[in-house]
Amino acid sequence: MKRTPLYEEHLRLGGKMVEFAGWEMPVQYSGVIPEHLNVRERVGLFDVSHMGEIWVRGANAEAALQHLTCNNVAALSDGKAQYSAILNERGGVIDDIIIYRFSKELFLLCVNASNADKDFEWLSSKNPTDARIENASQEYGQIAVQGPRAMELLVPLVKGCDLSALKPFHFVETELLGSKVIVARTGYTGEDGVEIFVKADRTVDLWRLLLEHGASFGVLPCGLGARDSLRLEAAYPLHGHELGEDVPALESGLGWIVKFDKGDFIGRKALLELKEKGVPRKLVGFVLDEPGIARQGDSLALGSETVGAIASGTKTPTVNKALGMAFLRSDLAQPETKLSAVVRGRAIAAHVVPLPFYKRSK
Amino acid sequence: MEFPSELKYTKDHEWVRLEGDVAVVGITEFAQAELGDLVFVDLPALGKSVANHGTLCVVESTKAASDVYSPLAGTVAAVNDGLAADPGLINRTPYSEGWIAKLSGISQVEVAGLMTADEYKKHLGK
Repeated sequence: MKRTPLYEEHLRLGGKMVEFAGWEMPVQYSGVIPEHLNVRERVGLFDVSHMGEIWVRGANAEAALQHLTCNNVAALSDGKAQYSAILNERGGVIDDIIIYRFSKELFLLCVNASNADKDFEWLSSKNPTDARIENASQEYGQIAVQGPRAMELLVPLVKGCDLSALKPFHFVETELLGSKVIVARTGYTGEDGVEIFVKADRTVDLWRLLLEHGASFGVLPCGLGARDSLRLEAAYPLHGHELGEDVPALESGLGWIVKFDKGDFIGRKALLELKEKGVPRKLVGFVLDEPGIARQGDSLALGSETVGAIASGTKTPTVNKALGMAFLRSDLAQPETKLSAVVRGRAIAAHVVPLPFYKRSK
Repeated sequence: MEFPSELKYTKDHEWVRLEGDVAVVGITEFAQAELGDLVFVDLPALGKSVANHGTLCVVESTKAASDVYSPLAGTVAAVNDGLAADPGLINRTPYSEGWIAKLSGISQVEVAGLMTADEYKKHLGK
């Protein structure tokens, strides 16, 4: 199993290690619930070094990415980041990614841990240009600092730039606590904060210093358990749950990043046909109205008829309800529709709700 | 970790306390620590008959649902309603307020086959 540069730190901090996407990662330290709440109320530190990093460089880098990803790369300027996806010809989602533009000839792709090698091979084999594609996943560690106090903690620690001026989905190359870093105002929790790329051999040092400086802000190291419940409340999709190669991007709620008018790209034709025909099912939010928890693999039913498949679900700490996201027949996909979730053969009353479940107050 | 000597145990990390002809059942401190913070307990129906090692109920953390196996064959004579409002009772007080169900119609032969606290500790390698 693969280990991040912070493996020994996790053990030292009492992290409970589990297998995730071929990586040995902490699912929790103090507990999923206290870690989740700490991110909502103060600040949390996540090791996301298992995420992959892929460089795309050369005069034709933008043209390559226009073909290989579904969002409009031409809309980016230097120092901006964009949520996008790598689709297959059927419009299914090979991976959801963030693209960072350093210059017109240099882009960084942040991809999911479980998909990094597959993405790299796909991008390399489908690249229609002479742009160079390099898998740099081993070279970087990544630390996410998330929560309402994240910027308060970080701004004084950054040298040579005013981090407080960094807008959402923008990034900057700077120096943080003695390490050269890329800091992006992005995240996967629904809170303010950043994701920091740092060279693998500097990751431990930065992690320790952030914990030390964060102590007075109430920082806690947080595991994958809290990361999952936080992203679910914020209704961010997760590959293998809401996203997959057999689920067209338009069914997964990714319509807003599929830019049909930017020119041709892989998956465009299939999605355009689907759009004209109408999607048979949509990703919706649901809440249970009776005791229980519905999870991935459970179904939604209308009377005795199965009308939906649950992609993610649990009882989450902040919203404090049993909730989830599901693929539901499109004609039933409006809020307030009454349904049931079928869990271990038992029907539990539920209803459709708008997404997200949680939105932070600005 | 605590494993009271007056209780009996299973290798699946349930405990049993005998109250006359009735067996009170819960999960051990080791089990609750492995499961993490519980957020829901799918309690068994009163009167349900359970087989030895059959599924008694399901306990759920934010991450996963896990079966609790019945340490004995019997009939569910009572359930801990307090767990509906506060599943964390199992995490905080697994051997007292965190009990799950009471079984009647149990076999003393089966009871004799359960592990002692020392045997359970050995099973855990502690």
